[in-house]
Amino acid sequence: MELFGLFNYWAFNVVLMTGFYAVIAKGNLIKKLIGLSILQSAVFLLYITMDKVDGGTAPIIQKGMTDQVFSNPLPQVLILTAIVVGISTTALGLAIVIRIKEAYGTIEEHEVQNQDQDK
Amino acid sequence: MVVLFAVFLLTLLVFTAVAIVRTDNLFVAVMLTGIFSLLMAANFFVLDAADVALTEAAIGAGITTVLFLGALALTAEHEKSVSTVRWLSMGVVIVTTLILIYATFEKPRLGDPQAPVHQHVAPWYLEQTPELIDIPNVVTAILGSFRGYDTLGELNVILTACIGVLFILGGRRGKHLPSDGKVLPSTAHGLRRHLIPKVVGLLAIPFIVLFGLYIQFHGEYGPGGGFQAGAIVASGIILYALLEGEEKALQAVPRPVLMGMVIGGAILYGAVGIAGIVLGGNFLDYSVLADNPVKGQQLGILIIELGVGITVCGALLSIFHAFATRESV
Amino acid sequence: MNDAIDVLSWVLLAGGGAFVFVGGLGALRLPNCYTRMHAASRTDSMGSILILLGIMLQAGWSLATVKLITILAFLLLTGPTASYALANSALLSGLKPEKSQTDSAEK
Repeated sequence: MELFGLFNYWAFNVVLMTGFYAVIAKGNLIKKLIGLSILQSAVFLLYITMDKVDGGTAPIIQKGMTDQVFSNPLPQVLILTAIVVGISTTALGLAIVIRIKEAYGTIEEHEVQNQDQDK
Repeated sequence: MVVLFAVFLLTLLVFTAVAIVRTDNLFVAVMLTGIFSLLMAANFFVLDAADVALTEAAIGAGITTVLFLGALALTAEHEKSVSTVRWLSMGVVIVTTLILIYATFEKPRLGDPQAPVHQHVAPWYLEQTPELIDIPNVVTAILGSFRGYDTLGELNVILTACIGVLFILGGRRGKHLPSDGKVLPSTAHGLRRHLIPKVVGLLAIPFIVLFGLYIQFHGEYGPGGGFQAGAIVASGIILYALLEGEEKALQAVPRPVLMGMVIGGAILYGAVGIAGIVLGGNFLDYSVLADNPVKGQQLGILIIELGVGITVCGALLSIFHAFATRESV
Repeated sequence: MNDAIDVLSWVLLAGGGAFVFVGGLGALRLPNCYTRMHAASRTDSMGSILILLGIMLQAGWSLATVKLITILAFLLLTGPTASYALANSALLSGLKPEKSQTDSAEK
């Protein structure tokens, strides 16, 4: 069980850093937004990983069942909020990318910067 | 056995993330993002988070893919220029990964009941929910009642995003057919020549909307709630817009109705809060809404979840229409 | 009786898993777009039928079985439609299926 917990954390690491690499190193604006959403999903995975309790079930209290071990409901509430906020920022970012394409004709970062320097 | 399954899902997740970053074709990247969201939802379910899995599947795999595809159609960039590996970025990423791996050795063991996160507030919520609110789904109880302020803030976040997208993309109003001989965008006609998807899709839409309503009203008894229900109903109507074309979809649910939904849901939530003040309690205090405090809590949660569902559905539909009615350059 | 149901559901689940594996293998190894689509749609139809039948046998007569039957009906309705839509759009965008070599061409 120790190794499985470590494997969970390492998988979160790799996905987080992959998304982060896409944000800082790729030139295409839509690729950056996809990397941002991967990064957010990795953080959600970390929170939900921390809420699991050994032998627990989903926190839904059935009538008449006592002495049940439940998993922690609090990180789930935080992540529900975070997922919706994530899609809000993604939608707004995509709208801005569409306007950049209409204004500059391209969505590659270095071409946009070149056009700005030439003006 | 479940451990093996979870390890398999996590490995697939890592491979999909690396494939998304490495591919050049943006269309392939968006499709792989949909698969990534589905694997995330399966992972969440293995880790006992049923509500979050449903939300991730509905919003991540459904709505996000549609929005990305709409943006791809407008920017029309199917290929991206090949860039070499940037060594400084790769170095920073590798160093940060090693530091984080070193930090994971200090973390509490996965599933340990004595971990700090399970100690302070969470057992109180689990004990007090049957007494104070008496609904089975503890996550909905915390979301709606114990942490109701956060949900009000989040509702306003998605309202602000909808307003922002409408400002930036500024959709056309009403039935404005261009009369100067310009060609209508191809989204205006829907799938004219594809009969089978049209028939099957139109058959499925009432069931999708019905399922969305089921999730909305059963949010207190099982996984569900306003966010998931709003996303599912919005995806049903987006399916109608894809099959029949934008004009018919805007006749079915016109723009004033969408605006009314977006604003009405948020006002409904705030009205419940102010009703709490008017009836003698605090802001967002549901105990005073009915004779019995427990019944008042249940009534309050039901009304605010309805407000959340209406606003999320209207906002996602408005954002989709703003993307779909924009003429491509 | 319980053992027979268990064995039968294991057989169904293993068969469904085999179909999913064959679908994935075909999607990787077959030569062109249309044959790959045909292989991948095996997952939707036979894979989902066998796996859901196996789970239904485990659940017995309960509300879960009714929900599983509804899920199966929905998957059987939308899966082949999605494969058809994909193949139709590939054909309409100009990707022509390769013709096989006939004997008359070689003579």
